[in-house]
This record gives sequence, C-alpha cells and structure tokens, in this order.
Amino acid sequence: MSETKKLMYVNRKAPYGTIYAWESLEVVLIGAAFEQDVSVAFVDDGVYQLCKDQDTTGLGIKNFSATYKALGDYDVNKLYIEKESLEARGLTLDDLMPLVYEDEDDDWAEKDSIKVVSSQEMAELFEQSDVLFNF
Amino acid sequence: MGIEVNGKVLETDEEGYLANLNEWEPEVATAMAKDEDVELTDSHWEVINFLREYYEEYQIAPAVRVLTKAIGKKLGKEKGNSKYLYELFPYGPGKQACKYAGLPKPTGCV
Repeated sequence: MSETKKLMYVNRKAPYGTIYAWESLEVVLIGAAFEQDVSVAFVDDGVYQLCKDQDTTGLGIKNFSATYKALGDYDVNKLYIEKESLEARGLTLDDLMPLVYEDEDDDWAEKDSIKVVSSQEMAELFEQSDVLFNF
Repeated sequence: MGIEVNGKVLETDEEGYLANLNEWEPEVATAMAKDEDVELTDSHWEVINFLREYYEEYQIAPAVRVLTKAIGKKLGKEKGNSKYLYELFPYGPGKQACKYAGLPKPTGCV
C-alpha cells in the first residue's frame, strides 16, 4: 500500500458528553503514522472542540483540548472550520485555540493550521477526499 | 499488579504502566528500571523528564517519530535520532521511557 490517500476526518459533536471527539483525535494521531494526506474538519457542534480555555473540572473528565496543539508535531496541519457553524454559535476565530505547525519546506516557519471555510468550500473538500471518517 | 516504591505499593496495569499518573516520583522510574536490569543515567533522565513535560503540555505520550523530532529540537541534533534513543531504551523509547515516566502507553503504540 504505497499510494497516498486523502483522508478527511469530520468532527460534528461537542468535545465532552460523548466519546466521539476524543476517539476521533486518537484515530487522527494514530493514523498520522501512516503518512497519508490528512485533513480534519470541524462542523456543527464540532467547532466547540477547538474553543480556548476549556475547563472540565466540573465534569470530572480529562481536558484533552491541549492535545490538539500536538497535531502540528504529527504533521496534521490542515484543520478546516466551517464558517456557518461558527457564526450560528456566536463564535469567531478569536474564540478558538491558535493552532500552528512548522513548515519544513519554508525554513520551519510557524504557520496557522486552522482555516475557516464556507459550507460550499467544505462540501468541495469532502468531494475531493478519498475517504471520509465521520465522528 | 503493582510496584513497590518507598514502602508503598503503586497500582500498575498488566503491562507494568502506572495506573495513576499522579503517583509518580523519580523512585518509580528507578524501581522499574531495576526490574529490567537497567541503570538510569543522566541521559535516561533527560528523556524521562522530557516525556513528563510533553505530557504535561499536550496530555498525551508522543509517538516515537514525534518524540525523536522533539528531542532533537530540545536536546540537540545528536540526540534526535532513533539509534540514540534505542540505545538508551532498547525495548523502544516510546514504550519503555513512557513507562518509567509514569505515562500511559504512547497513543498509536500497539
């Protein structure tokens, strides 16, 4: 299996309350070892996964939001957020964690991993992917 | 299963990883290493401490590839390669060093 596939992981659910967000993140990190072309999408309540200053003390479960910051180290640096989902929840890019990666081909310059796209653009990204994983 | 450290028995899972991350103290690493006939040197501690800091920041134990790259950046290029890390931790820098550091098995490690 030498050909590279375009994998798209789609996150639609809030980070806590179900296990989907954490499971998705683990699958993304594990899958990163296979050197595929990985993108991660955040739509609907999934946009909450990237919110700043998450605090789970009241829930008694692990706050794994810091782990998204490791995605850059795993060469996962195409994170697409749907603009309409952000707006419907009264959120802007400033409410999200700044996630960056170092571009190997550009003298390790630090670049933003997060891209806000319209639902139309998101549909095109889905269309171009070989495999979609829904969480 | 468990491991005895400073007169207390700390719970571990079936593979010897510490059940509760917060119970870790340096003697845990020393005791685990002794069980595997490893004498911990400053070079071992550098990696163990690095892993604990990485976990503190990202809440995961890094995959070997990520660990190697990050070590090279932090501790110098001559240490950022798998040969160096495997010499220190022959059972695998991810598995063995994470165990000594009291972390769970690295994400992506089977």
